[in-house]
Amino acid sequence: MASTIRVRATTSGETTEVQALIQHPMDSGFVKDAKGEIIPPHFIQQLTFEYDGKPVFSADWGGGVSKDPYVKFAFKGGKKGDDLKVSWVDNKGATDTTTAKIQ
Amino acid sequence: MRNAMLKSALPLVLLIAGATSALAEGSEADFKVAYAAAEAAHKEAGTLRNQWTTTAATLAAAKKSADAGEFDQATASAKEARALAKASIFQATSEKERWKDMEIR
Amino acid sequence: MRLRSAIHLASAALALALLTFAAPAVIAADTVDPVADAKAFKKFFTDKFPKVKLEDFVNGPYSMNEDMYKQWEEKEQFPPYEFSLEMGKEMFSRPFKNGKRFEDCFPNKGIGIRQNYPYFDEKEGKVITLELALNRCREANGEPPFSYVRDEMAALTAYMAFTSRGKPFDIKIPNDPRALEAYQNGKEYFYTRRGQLNFSCATCHVQSPGERIRAEVLAPALGILNAMPIYRSEWSGMGTTSRRFTTCNSQIRGVPLTPQDDEYRNVEYYLSYVSNGLPISGPGARP
Repeated sequence: MASTIRVRATTSGETTEVQALIQHPMDSGFVKDAKGEIIPPHFIQQLTFEYDGKPVFSADWGGGVSKDPYVKFAFKGGKKGDDLKVSWVDNKGATDTTTAKIQ
Repeated sequence: MRNAMLKSALPLVLLIAGATSALAEGSEADFKVAYAAAEAAHKEAGTLRNQWTTTAATLAAAKKSADAGEFDQATASAKEARALAKASIFQATSEKERWKDMEIR
Repeated sequence: MRLRSAIHLASAALALALLTFAAPAVIAADTVDPVADAKAFKKFFTDKFPKVKLEDFVNGPYSMNEDMYKQWEEKEQFPPYEFSLEMGKEMFSRPFKNGKRFEDCFPNKGIGIRQNYPYFDEKEGKVITLELALNRCREANGEPPFSYVRDEMAALTAYMAFTSRGKPFDIKIPNDPRALEAYQNGKEYFYTRRGQLNFSCATCHVQSPGERIRAEVLAPALGILNAMPIYRSEWSGMGTTSRRFTTCNSQIRGVPLTPQDDEYRNVEYYLSYVSNGLPISGPGARP
């Protein structure tokens, strides 16, 4: 199955800018379907970006984040060709992870 | 004394009961007429391809009130629905010419 | 209760206003001149927004507002429609149960042809849109049609639009009175006010582009279909032209017609034609 995570990381030497698009329904648990029944909550709870074995960005999310979330941030350091690891865990215990090379 | 009063109250009570049910029936008949007129106008707006969502919603509200036996409310809603439908027909008819006013030339 | 009186008042005011401001002049018996229409259409918008390049009108609200333009540029780096686009590509190449594919129904195997839709089918005497053509292809091959307002059709048209990115709209009106009539009907639909709010498409997209309706910045009508289908943040997903037409109708309190009804096909024909020459930018992203 294809990864749910699209990530692009570019370094200027001093800072690395990261953009990621994650495919996930991010159902809050407050929305009803056409039949009037609640769509059960299904959202990413933890998102982590790791560089050189250390987290450079981590997020604790709830149902307020919209479907297919987009994240953009920058961190100090990061060398071209190095790995950036991205992983998430959702409220159902599902996970996904991917590694991208810093450009 | 009480017996006499009760005896005379009974025909009065029956009279009032009869009158009220007659009124209620009149309301339902009024509703049916008003609703039919509203529905017809809404349908006509449909042939002109210009129905309003508020007309549909008001018709539904009228029906709901009628189902609950609230005929005065239902009739009022039906009349309002007809007014909305008539306005939508007026809009569609007049726009047949008026649209040209907006055209970029 | 106040709302009820307001409605009565509004309806009465509408009637009164229409009577009072009735068009006095006789509009000369119009011969339909799409070429002149398109020229006037483009001139209207380029005059109104002299700083916007003609081809940039296809970015809708993003070309109307500097702040939004910056957001759009950033969005394009990592567009939200990527998942839908991928799904569309996969769907497009997936064979039907009978072994055939979408590519068998379209010229050039369906690649790089979006800018030619809609077209007027002289055999049938009607306008054919891309969405309609896709469903006809499915039905001709024993498959059930997709809903015109759901994800599948949006993904498919997103992929086809993507293969045409940059190509200018090239809508043709054949020398056939029925085609001219369809074009003219589409034009009439565009300018006709409808719904309880008494808006025409032109009310927002000709009279008020760049201005706000509630929290949204309005797009100009010029180039408005070039970016279709669009991933709307409001929809949290990709939506078709049919979806946009029907929701616009209901938003002004008009009961929407059925997707791909003649009126919708014709207005798509008109709007696409007057944007001839502007590049396809779909699939697009919008607020």
